[in-house]
Amino acid sequence: MNHQSLITNHPSSTSKESAHLDYVLRLADNAMILGQRLAEWCGHGPILEQDIAITNISLDFIGQARAFYQYAAELEGKGRTEDDFPFLRDVLEFKNVLLVEQPNGHWGHTLMRQFLYDAYNFLFYTALKNSTDKRLAAIAEKSLKEIKYHLRYSSEWVIRLGDGTEESHQKMQEALDDFWMYTGELTTPDELDAYMVELGIGVDLTKIQAPYSQKIEDVLTRATLTKPENSWMQSGGKQGKHSEHLGFILADMQFMQRTYPGMEW
Amino acid sequence: MADTKNISLEENFQAKVDNEIKIEPKDWMPEKYRKTLIRQISQHAHSEIIGMLPEGNWITRAPSLRRKLGLIAKVQDEAGHGLYLYSACETLGIERDELFQQLNTGKAKYSSIFNYPTPTWADIGCIGWLVDGAAIMNQVPLCRCSYGPYARAMVRVCKEESFHQRQGFEMLLTLSKGTAEQKAMLQEAVDRWWWPAMMMFGPSDKDSPNTLQSMKWKIKRFTNDELRQKFVDVCVGQAKVLGVTLPDPELKYNEETGHYDHGPIDWDEFWNVVKGNGPCNRQRLKTRNKAYDDGAWVREAAIVHAEKKEQREAAKAQVA
Amino acid sequence: MKKNWPLWEVFVRSKQGLSHKHVGSLHAANADMAIENARDVYTRRREGVSLWVVESVHITANKPEDHEELFDPAEDKVYRHPTFYDLPEELKHI
Repeated sequence: MNHQSLITNHPSSTSKESAHLDYVLRLADNAMILGQRLAEWCGHGPILEQDIAITNISLDFIGQARAFYQYAAELEGKGRTEDDFPFLRDVLEFKNVLLVEQPNGHWGHTLMRQFLYDAYNFLFYTALKNSTDKRLAAIAEKSLKEIKYHLRYSSEWVIRLGDGTEESHQKMQEALDDFWMYTGELTTPDELDAYMVELGIGVDLTKIQAPYSQKIEDVLTRATLTKPENSWMQSGGKQGKHSEHLGFILADMQFMQRTYPGMEW
Repeated sequence: MADTKNISLEENFQAKVDNEIKIEPKDWMPEKYRKTLIRQISQHAHSEIIGMLPEGNWITRAPSLRRKLGLIAKVQDEAGHGLYLYSACETLGIERDELFQQLNTGKAKYSSIFNYPTPTWADIGCIGWLVDGAAIMNQVPLCRCSYGPYARAMVRVCKEESFHQRQGFEMLLTLSKGTAEQKAMLQEAVDRWWWPAMMMFGPSDKDSPNTLQSMKWKIKRFTNDELRQKFVDVCVGQAKVLGVTLPDPELKYNEETGHYDHGPIDWDEFWNVVKGNGPCNRQRLKTRNKAYDDGAWVREAAIVHAEKKEQREAAKAQVA
Repeated sequence: MKKNWPLWEVFVRSKQGLSHKHVGSLHAANADMAIENARDVYTRRREGVSLWVVESVHITANKPEDHEELFDPAEDKVYRHPTFYDLPEELKHI
């Protein structure tokens, strides 16, 4: 697909609405899948205090996802609920970025993934506060307080473990190398991103590229970690092209709704 | 000479306990009181931590966003409760890490109830209703126990715990109003949880020789059988609201005592689960050990980083 | 030799205008982390607006066996309390 097509095609109002919905679902799915991943830690953290901390972050994300899904349901207006989106769509319909569906790995992996995401998320929500879509702006404003804390927390952990023991340093470098190729997608706009910017709804990702790189640079330096040379990036999550991991996440997450269709819980 | 001194200290201690004056960490206390408390509080803490596992394994599968948020918050609370209780225990002069070692090596016990599996969603509701319900019976009186830090931790625990049982009951209530499949799921889970929940209060009074001393010290305020009876009495009415049958054919109201009589408890099963032969004992301990071992490098690196940072700041301060 | 995270005591101001109150303890690698842990452990239900943490080893307490000489002498100093002074009934608000 080329970048111009959507814009020059002057989308009809229905495709404008469905684009808007798609965009909201991207935000929802990112928060949902990351929240689901983080929740896997509950009961398995490296120490009680951190078990509680990471679980708090998981709750923040799932709460944000819920706000977006509720909005998506209203936008669509077809009677779907906040639960229908996460529990009844298949892999290809999920629009989250690839980074958030990556497995938790060890604690260092999880915190590296978190930092790479939080750095983006903070900038993204800061800009989203100015959306002409008042609802998105309001969710962004409320979430931003949480996200600020997430970024502080994950940055500190990346620094702590990067600049900790030799073992922890190696593990953090490994985590960075493992996840680096998923960072490009965060700040690279596709057609939908561009179209949403045009409508004043979405965030101009090109504007957060530089501050994102800067933040990553700062924290990695303090963590004594080396940014990978490799600049080849994976992408596709935003368009529904996912890694193998998402299917397993959904198998777990959707088990009840799929096994017992249409019931109240 | 030393003996007379100890006797008067002990009398003084008991007088405080009798007068409902709390014992605080640095006060004199009999060594056996201290040891008994460490055992009791740490077992309680371990139960909270192990208790995260049977419910935690439903977090990723919770059937709605509302349920997912509620369940995560609840399991997280249990981590918090474990933390408060370990803290109380640490005031008695033992490090939390040592308590973890006792748990991980199987030396310490925890509530046997968590050695039962949670194969269905209804189990999560049953844990809330029956297991948390039984736990609350035990815990509320402990808010008044003689040891200050333990009593304060329990006040906090009970305050937070109150939403857990409501959450569980609400889950079950939803099932009870649902489809035939949901109702069957509910009854099946109640059938499995009822007796283990009854066992949570521990052996019958005639078989718990330490109860008398613990009650004298006010680190236990009711006997096992008294608490169990209270539990049975409240559950009967709640079961009616849920439309479930408690799996005890001998359960019936006794006009004379004003309580519900219940059938015999399978103490063979109880002792076997205590000894490690429950369906999940080995699994739970392995999971706990894995989390602890996997976290070792993280805990170590955090300390090393903190030291580096402190040294750097000290060096900077010297230059300036 | 393995080192554990030290123990910290946590004090929470529940709302503006009140003092910080001891709520419990926790483990953390350093003071910054102790503040964050305290936030996550002790203020999840909006229990606080301000936090203090003190490493437990830095707290100095009196010896409980000194209780009598420290605190008992205050017991009979009734003249420090308003009720010690007799005033006529009709004198209100004093």
